Amino acid sequence: MAPKKRRRLAFALALVVAGAGGAALVLGALKDNVLYFYSPSDIAAKHVSEGVAFRIGGLVARGSVVRGPSADVRFVVTDGRASVPVLFRGVLPDLFREGQGVVALGALGPGRVFDASEVLAKHDERYMPPEVVDALKRSGRWKEGEGSQ
Amino acid sequence: MTGEIGQLALCLALALALVQAGAGLWGARADGSESLDLSRRIARMSAFGFFAFIALAFGALTFGFVTSDFSILTVAQNSHTLKPLIYKISGVWGNHEGSMLLWVLVLAIYSALMAIAVRGGARLTSGALGVEGLLAAAFVLFILLTSDPFRRLDPMPFQGEGLNPLLQDPGLAMHPPMLYLGYVGLSATFAYAAAALITQETGSHWARAARPFMLVAWIALTLGITLGSWWAYYVLGWGGFWFWDPVENAALMPWLVATALIHSTLATERTGAFRSWTLLLAIAAFSLSLIGTFLVRSGVLASVHSFANDPERGEYILWLLGLAIGGALALFAWRAPGIEEGASFEPASRETLLLLNNVFLTAAAATVFLGTLYPLLLDAVTGTRISVGPPYFAITFAPIFIGLLLLVPLGPRLAWRKGDLKVTLRLLAPGAGLALLSAIVIFAIQAPHMLAAAGAFALAAWLIGASAVDFRERWKARAVGVQNFASVLAHAGLGISLLGIAGTTLWRSEALEVLAPGQSMQVAAYQLRFDGVAPREGPNYFADRATLDVMRNGKAIATISPEKRSYPAEGQAITDTSIRTNGFSDLYVALGDDRGGGRWTVRAYFNPLAPFIWFGGAIMALGGLASLWGRLRPNALRTAAE
Repeated sequence: MAPKKRRRLAFALALVVAGAGGAALVLGALKDNVLYFYSPSDIAAKHVSEGVAFRIGGLVARGSVVRGPSADVRFVVTDGRASVPVLFRGVLPDLFREGQGVVALGALGPGRVFDASEVLAKHDERYMPPEVVDALKRSGRWKEGEGSQ
Repeated sequence: MTGEIGQLALCLALALALVQAGAGLWGARADGSESLDLSRRIARMSAFGFFAFIALAFGALTFGFVTSDFSILTVAQNSHTLKPLIYKISGVWGNHEGSMLLWVLVLAIYSALMAIAVRGGARLTSGALGVEGLLAAAFVLFILLTSDPFRRLDPMPFQGEGLNPLLQDPGLAMHPPMLYLGYVGLSATFAYAAAALITQETGSHWARAARPFMLVAWIALTLGITLGSWWAYYVLGWGGFWFWDPVENAALMPWLVATALIHSTLATERTGAFRSWTLLLAIAAFSLSLIGTFLVRSGVLASVHSFANDPERGEYILWLLGLAIGGALALFAWRAPGIEEGASFEPASRETLLLLNNVFLTAAAATVFLGTLYPLLLDAVTGTRISVGPPYFAITFAPIFIGLLLLVPLGPRLAWRKGDLKVTLRLLAPGAGLALLSAIVIFAIQAPHMLAAAGAFALAAWLIGASAVDFRERWKARAVGVQNFASVLAHAGLGISLLGIAGTTLWRSEALEVLAPGQSMQVAAYQLRFDGVAPREGPNYFADRATLDVMRNGKAIATISPEKRSYPAEGQAITDTSIRTNGFSDLYVALGDDRGGGRWTVRAYFNPLAPFIWFGGAIMALGGLASLWGRLRPNALRTAAE
């Protein structure tokens, strides 16, 4: 009986240690590595510090896309009530268009310009990122049956 | 007409699945051998019939796609007459309705194979067929109630809406069937485990019966994930191979648990150890497949995989998920006290290593699970939208996996029950030496010096070196059957993938420039001279094709031509990257925006060792295949018993 009991104990101990270790890792990592999502109205209403990474979503304002001499691109993300200027250096996704939904990842820089490290557009014509739908609904700019199928 | 045939076939299949479930489960609890025999025979016949009708329904839908029958809504929304034939066929599963039909077709194939399979007692087989029949009925009902693929469209449009161009790709034509072969294969394992619990035959022979299905599922999942990652690499134009996207995680979780399962089953089959644990893993693996399906198909996640956001469908899958997982766990809780203990083992034994393998793999799966579901939970409870990105997984997943990889080489070289750790370590010393050597070399040549880089390569060398030792030992022991080399291949494949991941992550070079014709850019040791962009016409798209001369030390060595394609039927544009590979490194070029006046943005990457990532995945799958080969030989059972 003894070796069996010992084995069970070892098994239980291993599970507890692994579980506790895993939980500690997960909680620590979740605390520091979560990215919040803000709409342009959120940014206007709340105080979001410069340099804190988050995601922003909304529509690309019409006529706002300006391509710089190098690979820089500037545009404005709006949810109809508030808007935020965005600076991005890179290749925009294929479905990036003025007037359409976009989600960008980055942080606010000097002059409250959102410095984007990544820009995601929707994957296809029928689809709108849910965060963007949400942001538009909250600002009252969402009409049912629009965009997402 | 074909649409009606398909629909009728689906209804008949549903009836047969219910018969299969009833007869199979009745047989599992039947008293006499006569009634057991009868109900098992009925369950088997129903399984074959189910397969025939589902194949007919799938054939009908495929026929609709191939002949562009736009009176069927699914075809009209997802196909187009100008699409090449291969994408008309792959378009069958490039949408929600068709992909669920493919899911059920794969389930029907497994169900029929279970009816043919000779292993496992009559009672166990009957019960497993019954459980599989229940799952089949639930999914066919799901299709008929919420996702009818044969719904008619009146009036019929002249032309279809086409298929998302991102999905018009040969790699992606194969990715969903592979992944489904994996996901659904775990349903067979689940069915055997549930049948073992129902019949209380929880010894080792359910594991022996389920093992081939488990292996097929694991091989298919490995290949499916490898294909998906490769597709993301060359189609998305970001040069990355893994993004910790929730959809990727949805496939990774079942893979991690299935990997744990094929390892713990080794012990269950051989010595009867970990009986309850293996049963629980079999339930968990399929549950994670279902959760993956729910995440991907219900539209809660934003991705190329979420075809449509219909809350009714998500709700149905959620119910199915709850019933299947809850039912199986309740069954387990009820039966677990009666499960007999297996043989005991010493701390230094292969069983201990398999146990550690399972602890690490399930812990890794748990961190991925939390990272994937926490944002959904937080959104549902508080309405706060957050996302959990790569940094989280780097902190949680990586340390667990490093622990696992350190121990991997020990397992195959430790004896069952009672091993000698000293002998094993001495045997593996050359592997450790190789690891140390590569650590020193990488640390010396890498600037700036990085311990992480040295560690990653040392770990890969440890895996590959130890696999070589393992191979030599098995060769010396005259272990001639291929199945004896399964672990050698699988573990070496893991090492090769790790080399690829480490090389690409550490030494990748990236360049982004706006170029006018005649201008050049530099990436790593290559100069790329931009010769301009010319229009080109494809079968169902128009492309802007750039030409760049690749030069090294002033000599032209190749031409590379990335494209930007626009699909008028779908109203979409995609990037077609151009990759020049020599098997060891990739030169990767994507065409960006048109900046006017013939100037374009060009993005280039140099990815050292990138091909190893997918090459390693393929070798791992080969390892699985080797193990499967050993199982399917007629005398395999006898050899295993010796």
